[in-house]
Amino acid sequence: MIQSKSLSARESQSERLSLAVRLRSDKFARWVFIILSIIPVVLALLIFGMLVFKSLPIMKVNSIWQLLTGQVWKPEEGLFGFWPFITGTIWVTLTALLIAVPPSLLTAIYLSEYAGRSLRTGMKPLLDLLAAIPSVVYGVWGTLAIVPFIQNKLGPFVRQHLPNIPILNSDNPTGFGILAGAIVLAIMITPFIIAILFEIMNNLPKGLKDASLALGTTKLQTIRWVVFPQALPGIIAAIGLGASRALGETMAVLMVVGNVARVPHSLLDAAYPLPALIANNYGEMMSIPLYDAALMTAALILLVIILLFNVTSTMALQSVLGKKGA
Amino acid sequence: MKKRWAKRHIAEAIFRLIAHVSFVLVAGSLAVILWTIISKGFPAINWTMLTQAPKGGYYLGKEGGILNAILGSLYMAAGGTLLAFIIGLPIALYLETYLRNSPWARYVRLTLDVLWGIPSIVYGAFGFIFMLAIGMRASLLGGIIALTLLELPILTRAMDEVIRMLPRDLEQAALALGSTRLEVALRVVTRQMLPGIVTAILLAFGRGIGDAASVLFTAGYTDRIPTSLFRPAASLPLAIYFQLSMPYPEVQQRAYAAALILTVIVLITSLGSRWISSRLSKNVIQ
Repeated sequence: MIQSKSLSARESQSERLSLAVRLRSDKFARWVFIILSIIPVVLALLIFGMLVFKSLPIMKVNSIWQLLTGQVWKPEEGLFGFWPFITGTIWVTLTALLIAVPPSLLTAIYLSEYAGRSLRTGMKPLLDLLAAIPSVVYGVWGTLAIVPFIQNKLGPFVRQHLPNIPILNSDNPTGFGILAGAIVLAIMITPFIIAILFEIMNNLPKGLKDASLALGTTKLQTIRWVVFPQALPGIIAAIGLGASRALGETMAVLMVVGNVARVPHSLLDAAYPLPALIANNYGEMMSIPLYDAALMTAALILLVIILLFNVTSTMALQSVLGKKGA
Repeated sequence: MKKRWAKRHIAEAIFRLIAHVSFVLVAGSLAVILWTIISKGFPAINWTMLTQAPKGGYYLGKEGGILNAILGSLYMAAGGTLLAFIIGLPIALYLETYLRNSPWARYVRLTLDVLWGIPSIVYGAFGFIFMLAIGMRASLLGGIIALTLLELPILTRAMDEVIRMLPRDLEQAALALGSTRLEVALRVVTRQMLPGIVTAILLAFGRGIGDAASVLFTAGYTDRIPTSLFRPAASLPLAIYFQLSMPYPEVQQRAYAAALILTVIVLITSLGSRWISSRLSKNVIQ
């Protein structure tokens, strides 16, 4: 009763507006919409333009090649080499992907091929929850759980029993380092990767899978020879998106990675990824000449790498997911 | 023949087991993380923690609580979400009801995806240079603006996806009855997408309140309770980050409490968005 009353009230209100008013407001709204929809484009250009503009002063002094491959970072002496930070970023991101991708892939396969309906519907909220936990909280967990574990258990164990493996050989006595950062990062990007993989696997045409199973293959054989080849482009795109997430992650990594500006050589070494560099030094950048330009260059390098990963993966993913409709 | 049969079925069983184990691993990691946060945070929470700002020096005082960070975070995330919503809703409506699949719409969507991919530290750095350029200092308003930038692509794209899922028939019926596009957008589409709007808002709010890197330079940090838009404001993520590494146990307690409160807020928004959207979706015509 109440509903119908309010409905009729609304109707009479709209009848009172003349056609001219309605058309004029439609036209006006259109302009407002157009102007608002320019905002994201302007914002993107502004961010990019401002970073380039702000990093120009240092590029006038040093060549880009010098900056990218320079090994020494001593802002007080005017030495701005990004190589330790770039390698640090690569080490942490690659290790995180190596840890995160296999379980993500298996979990996605398990969910889409083996798991029952209730588990599948229950998994979505769980993944959302994991993805919603702020990175700082992951950082706290890393500091409280992972770093002490590496410092007190893994580090001594490696030094005692595996002293000759170069990738584990380190003089870093603390647990803060690449491995800690990578573990925390891996757990952060896992739900993200699983969610994408799960969507891809669910979008595969059912016909081929059914045909293969009808021929008497086991599920594993179908997964290996039918599902996997079809999903492969999507899987690569999902890994690319995971990588772009991992590359830009700041706080969680910053809290556990050690932050030493040296080219790392081992999983247990400390590293200093680009986002951590920006976050840690922004406060004091004003006191040293070219420091702010150097940090903006770091932000620009980071942005370019991430966008490369992000845009290509997004486009690949759209073409993979779009195919189904055609 | 029989041997091969056995072999492939053993392989199948092993693979199944591995897949099952990795699923348990993923689900278990959530439990482990939540357990760490709760077991450390719960003992640290008390009435003083929730109702007082830290007392004594630059977040090093041992007395007091984290009310400054709780309020600062709520203000910033609410302000940022509100602004992003005001800008984002019209964009989403425009993309779908006016533009559909025109090149400009595709361009705007791609830009939003690109913006979504930009890490928050870059938003923070950009916000900071921008504020320097116009002579603004680290303040609550700066934090709100940084979060608006961060949340705008999330909110807009999420709402855009919701509108895309709506059936076209209703819009077309409304247009055929003589409605203008604006009326269709405001009265038909917006109402139909209400559950999706709520989900998108809560998603963006959760991202905003948990983000530290974007407010690090733009909002600053202070022990005071925020009272003005133009003064620095504390936030929960930064309260955690700054206080966790302090050598005083009393200060660390505040970090643990802040971590628990932040986690609870985020979990409530995440679960709440599910609940609300299922409650609201009863008015939606499928």
